[in-house]
Parts: sequence; structure tokens; C-alpha cells
Amino acid sequence: MLLIPCPWCGPRDEAEFTYGGQAHVPYPRDPAALTDEEWARYLFFRDNPKGPHAERWCHTISCRRWFNVVRDTATNEVLAAYRIGEAGPVIS
Amino acid sequence: MTADTEQPLAPVSPLVRYAGRFAAVTRASGGAVRLAELPLLAQLSVRLDAKGPAAEAVRFALGLALPVEPDTVAFSDELAALWLGPDEWLVVGRPGSAAGLEERLRAAVAGEHAAVTDVSGQRTTVLVGGARARDLLAHGCPLDLHPRAFGPGRCAQTTLARAGVLLAGRDEHRPGYWLLTRSSFAGYVADWLLDAATEYVADATSIT
Ligand SMILES: [Zn+2]
Repeated sequence: MLLIPCPWCGPRDEAEFTYGGQAHVPYPRDPAALTDEEWARYLFFRDNPKGPHAERWCHTISCRRWFNVVRDTATNEVLAAYRIGEAGPVIS
Repeated sequence: MTADTEQPLAPVSPLVRYAGRFAAVTRASGGAVRLAELPLLAQLSVRLDAKGPAAEAVRFALGLALPVEPDTVAFSDELAALWLGPDEWLVVGRPGSAAGLEERLRAAVAGEHAAVTDVSGQRTTVLVGGARARDLLAHGCPLDLHPRAFGPGRCAQTTLARAGVLLAGRDEHRPGYWLLTRSSFAGYVADWLLDAATEYVADATSIT
């Protein structure tokens, strides 16, 4: 079980959260101008790194806020958590 | 019967049928675990910008500032305001005071970007007290409830035996917790509390 540090509520059990996939995927500036392939790429294609991965989580059971987490996909270590709109950490 | 002679239905709290069993646990544990429903408390959901004029207006109307520190409760003589999110609070008052509270709050935030909703029926409250209250809740709650981490004036939305609950620490003079559970989960949560309490009861057959 992950211990996820909600930027508002502090560290809580993973069971209190909902996973929201990769973070910082920009919505296309002009969706109508995209080809089907580009649209599919925006909708369905995500990074699959072994290592640090920025992803969205929602503290569903409590404050109901969405926020971002950087998690190492190999070790499951949570490296950072930050609010929407805040800059993510630089992870090397 | 015509409409103007009809009596409104009296509200019934979700755990009214558990009163006897809660009292039996309290007795049989010698007060080590005290369980009691605090039925039909007035509960108002308040959503507004904590930094905006509506927050100030509410503070003036209630004589109570909505807490901005996450997971904390602010008390006045009549009311408690529980932090639920950075723009969301639960204001709890005495039974029967919901309509008046709603009116005061709505008048206070009129014209502002805010929402005041009577949610009194959404949850009921169980008082969990006694010297073993923390041990009892620890059987099913992932939070660290040690007074160092979760003392009086703290609250948290979390899970108890996988059911979503809102938990608040009472003040120093009355150690224990308020456990707010959704009405539809109340029977399950009450059954779980009674089951978990058997270990603090000398003769478990006395409470079934
Ligand atoms: Zn949270």
C-alpha cells in the first residue's frame, strides 16, 4: 500500500485516493485542427517510464482535490507531491 | 385528511434502533468504551473562497471563523465548523437549528460566489468515548489517532472498516471522538463498532 502525501491532508493510505493517469498532458490548443492520428495520440498515448513518473491523484475520500505526484514506477517510492498549478520538482 | 391538518413526519435518526445496544456496550465495558448516537444534528455544507469576502461575512454571522488549516475544527458555544476541503466546510449545530442556520448563512453570503446547503440528513453522528475509544477505532481506521497526531480540534475524512467517515477529536475536557457516518452506511458502521467493542466487554453475551 502506498502512503501518499496529499498536499492538503498530509500522508494517507492509497485506498483513500483515485489514480488519474499521467500528469501535465496538455489539451490540444485547436482540437479541430488535429488529424485522427494526432487526436488518438493525445487521447491514448502516454509515457511508460521505468523511473520517476508525474501522475495525477485525487484524494477522493477526503478533501476531493486533484493534485500531482511524482512516483518511481520501479520502486513505487513517492518522490514528490504538489498542487495543481504548482511547478513540479526537477527530478534527475 | 386535508393538507392543512396533516402533521409533518417527525424525523427519525438512522441509528435509533441501536440505542439499546450502544448503551449495553457502554455498561458492559464499565465505560471503557462509550457509544451513543447524537441524533439529528443540524449540518450545513458551506462552500466559498476562504480568502474572499464571503468567509469574512460568515465569520461575522456565526461568530466563528471557518478554519483554513486542513483537518481542523473550530468551535463556538453553539457550533462546530469542520474543514472538509480548501473551499468546503461542515457547520454542525444543535438538532432543530438547521433552518435558522441556513437562513443566517445564506443571508451572510448573499451576492457572493458561495453555496450553503442543508445536509443534515446526509450523516448521523456517533459519540465514541471512554478510555479505549482510540483502541476501538484503531481496529478499522488507518489514521494515527494518537493525541500527538490527532488530538482535540482535529478532524479527518477517512475510512473506518472501509466505509467513508468524518472523524473529529472532542475537546480536552471530554476526550473521545465524534464519528460522522453517512446515513446509508450508519447501520454497517454501528454493527462494526459493536463487533469491535466485544473485546473490551467482560461478558460479550450481555451485549447481543
Ligand atoms: Zn486531501
